[in-house]
Amino acid sequence: MALLEIRDLSTDITLRRTVVHALDRVSLEVSAGQTLGIVGESGCGKTMTAMSIERLLPPGGQIVGGSVRFDGRELTALPEREMCEVRGGEIGMIFQDPATSLNAVQPVGSQVAEPLRLHRGVSRAQARTQVIDMFARVGIPSPARRYDDYPHQLSGGQRQRVMIAMALICHPKLLIADEPTTALDVTIQKQVLELIDDLRAEIGMAVILVTHDLGVIAGSADRVAVMYAGRIVETAGAVELFANPRHRYTEALFAALPDRVAGTAQRLYSIPGLPPDLTDPPSACRFAPRCRHAVARCRTETPDLSGDHHAFACFVPRPAGPAAPVASAVPAAGARAVGEAGWVAPTTYVPADGTALLSVSDLAKDFPVRTGLIAQRNAGAVSAVAGVTFRLDRGEAVGLVGESGCGKTTLARLIVGLEQPSRGEILFRGRRVDRLRGTARRLERRHVQLMFQDSYASLDPRMRVRAILREPLEIQGVGTSRDRDRRVDELLDAVGLPRRSAERYPHEFSGGQRQRIGLARALALQPGLIVADEPVSALDVSVQAQILNLMKDLQQDRELSYLFISHDLAVVRYLTDRIAVMYLGRIVETGPSAAVYSAPWHPYTKGLIDAIPVADPVQEAAKPRAAVPGEPPSALNPPSGCRFRTRCPRAQDLCAEQEPPLANPIGPASRLVACHFPLTSSASATVGDTSDERDMT
Amino acid sequence: MSVNPIDLATEQLAPQHEIALPAGRPRGAFRAGAAVFVQNRLAVAGLAVVVLLVLFCFGGPLVYHTNQVDVNLANATLPPGAGHPLGTDETGYDELGRLMVGGRASLTIGFAAALIATLVGTLWGAVSGFFGGLVDAVMMRVVDALLAIPILFLLLYLVTIVRPSVTVMIVVLGLTAWLIPARLVRGESLTLRMREYVQAVRMMGGSSWRSVLRHILPNVAGTVIVNATFQVADAILLIAYLGYLGLGISPPATDWGGMLSKGTNFIFPNYWWLIYPAGILIVLVVVAVNFVGDGLRDAVEVRLRRR
Repeated sequence: MALLEIRDLSTDITLRRTVVHALDRVSLEVSAGQTLGIVGESGCGKTMTAMSIERLLPPGGQIVGGSVRFDGRELTALPEREMCEVRGGEIGMIFQDPATSLNAVQPVGSQVAEPLRLHRGVSRAQARTQVIDMFARVGIPSPARRYDDYPHQLSGGQRQRVMIAMALICHPKLLIADEPTTALDVTIQKQVLELIDDLRAEIGMAVILVTHDLGVIAGSADRVAVMYAGRIVETAGAVELFANPRHRYTEALFAALPDRVAGTAQRLYSIPGLPPDLTDPPSACRFAPRCRHAVARCRTETPDLSGDHHAFACFVPRPAGPAAPVASAVPAAGARAVGEAGWVAPTTYVPADGTALLSVSDLAKDFPVRTGLIAQRNAGAVSAVAGVTFRLDRGEAVGLVGESGCGKTTLARLIVGLEQPSRGEILFRGRRVDRLRGTARRLERRHVQLMFQDSYASLDPRMRVRAILREPLEIQGVGTSRDRDRRVDELLDAVGLPRRSAERYPHEFSGGQRQRIGLARALALQPGLIVADEPVSALDVSVQAQILNLMKDLQQDRELSYLFISHDLAVVRYLTDRIAVMYLGRIVETGPSAAVYSAPWHPYTKGLIDAIPVADPVQEAAKPRAAVPGEPPSALNPPSGCRFRTRCPRAQDLCAEQEPPLANPIGPASRLVACHFPLTSSASATVGDTSDERDMT
Repeated sequence: MSVNPIDLATEQLAPQHEIALPAGRPRGAFRAGAAVFVQNRLAVAGLAVVVLLVLFCFGGPLVYHTNQVDVNLANATLPPGAGHPLGTDETGYDELGRLMVGGRASLTIGFAAALIATLVGTLWGAVSGFFGGLVDAVMMRVVDALLAIPILFLLLYLVTIVRPSVTVMIVVLGLTAWLIPARLVRGESLTLRMREYVQAVRMMGGSSWRSVLRHILPNVAGTVIVNATFQVADAILLIAYLGYLGLGISPPATDWGGMLSKGTNFIFPNYWWLIYPAGILIVLVVVAVNFVGDGLRDAVEVRLRRR
């Protein structure tokens, strides 16, 4: 019998005026030692399922039907007092954001000890030793010292390990992990997922892994349940589901993944529209309005989940059989007319004589760290960007990749002029933009625009969209008032929003729509270069695909160049021609996207690529274990020589003594790597082999 | 443009595509705000009370004529009755008419002082917080220094030099009370200036003034409005204290605080009509203004507006 059996669970959330039917007859089961993945877009009920099991619903939330049987007990009927024993004691939970789930004013050790003392009645001293044991087991370095540390003294990855330790300290039978790695870097994500997997095997507990990331599911789950609009639409074993998705929603989710079409010049499939409003769900297939294959029956009848091991709720399922590689992608549309009368092609102001659009040389930025309240002393400097050199030509899209804290964002801010460089120069179409002041600076600014990651924080909540889009035009004094209004209409057309959006406020839009507004604002001044700082990281895959397609179209139509910053190599590879990989303020590898992705030279690049979860359980299983161990060292006192040497499997004494230059060991300068022992062996037999041999010894 | 054929085909089937943009025509900013305001019953009641009090103080004397200039000791401390609905005070002024006269002073000083304090303080705080660094340090030390002076003593000192009139009171109260909003707004603007939409202005080449006026100020409006209502209440209470200490507005003019102060001399004879009316009106106006403030804060919050 399964450890956890959910039958027809329905949950409602009563709001002031309406009732949201958050879950509708959800049925799931998990056995001991098994990992169940729950996947779907945001707002589809994944977290609500987890919360319903724990009976930790938000205010107004209430289980209105069905049963949750856990280890032979009915949880929905359990008195609150006994439920407290189950939570934390028998069911452990890991939340998404370790920064907000830990109490900032209590040492982490005693926080982890709390469930132990609460549920197991263990003495303080015993609790301490058990917690330190658990810290060691979840891979926290020097656990005894960490016991008395406060959350802010730990890194993000370590905080998530503390959360895992807290969830596991009472040896629960079931672990619910709600987006446990979404806030973490890929390298850390891989470490954390492996840790959960190891502990599961060791303790023999069941795991429910809730995530929006199909790759994460592919690597960790035995069974997968796909949720849409409060219902389970498909459930199957992981290998079966990924090889043979039947529900059209599952199929569409796969088609929206950028790594499936990268390098094929094809467009991503994006699921149009938004999930339905759950206050009044349609009595039909809930996906029908967004489904390409929907027939009349889909809009009148509700399909039931049918099938034994591979169940799906769809009237027009995808024919059984392995997924066709890119069956859903549409070839890129040809040149479309640019319907904007006043549009100025960047060609008119960017010379075509070989001058780089953007050229950065030896750029560095240090942030001084001061200590002391009154008499401030310099306590060193954080070297956020340390001597970066690269160029970006007209019409090119360059991707900048790296873990958080590697200086990507600082580099972006330097380029758009939000920070002043400590050293080095930035040339935009041959002019030193970092030296410009006053009016010249203002006029030059319009050619480089930044697209922010958080579309919500980057739009003034008190301004209507019209005012937001007019603002850059007003600042630069473009046209008359009527011209500006016309430009606003054109911009909304260009990013695919209805013109009447202009009278709305940002909070009335969904995340993807807001990102379109952000893009429209960046386009308002008709720049030649758009620096996009993680523009799709906060979006669901289907919406991410819409934005990526849009950016690709606009690049063609408007001769745009992009500097595209992301931690997600798959996204970068889809959109860009060249990639630059950054580590601790330096570029460690750069070259054509496809080449770098398929045959990385730098060990760090290889580690990053290996760490990306691929939505294919077979490939995932074949991958090496955590290729980049540990966490990035502090940029306050970066390691000598090669900055990556502390985490590098190939590091030798030379790496600590000498900093490797960015150079190509075997050929032309289109592909560069900063490593004493690059992984070029497969690419060439000359220099690569010698370095490989040295490595073996 | 940029809609691929699939999107187009599905869009026709899917009116939900624009779920976030319902059909209703967007209302003007004022009407939308007013719609939120009227949802707050207490705020509406508060507004009604404020309006009634203003009508009472400024319109009342037009229909209810009393002599508020000549002392008439023969009529002193009459209880409520015919001719004097709320009786008379110790110098023979009609109490109801007196409330109108005193209310004019109290309300004028309260609202005008709050207006000055809020305007000066908000601008000071926004500039200080936005520019930060040395500018912030200097501007905030000025505020700290002024805050170190106890306002009541400053007022006591001033009223011994200058003969207190409504105008003097407004200026003095306004120019001492701006320190609190300045500090509040400075704190908010320190966080707002790091917001991406403020940084976006810099990127577009916009000036700092633009950021302060177009982005910082509108976004601190909620805090400022709530604080402004406290300022109104504080100013009314402060002149009430002064009046209570006998240093308020000089007779024959008066204010509610001064009336209450004189009234308390007659606690033992139990001349309640000299105490309760003024006291109740002070409490009423302070509470009502606070309710209005709550409603206004919600009204300027665009996120609360219904589509």
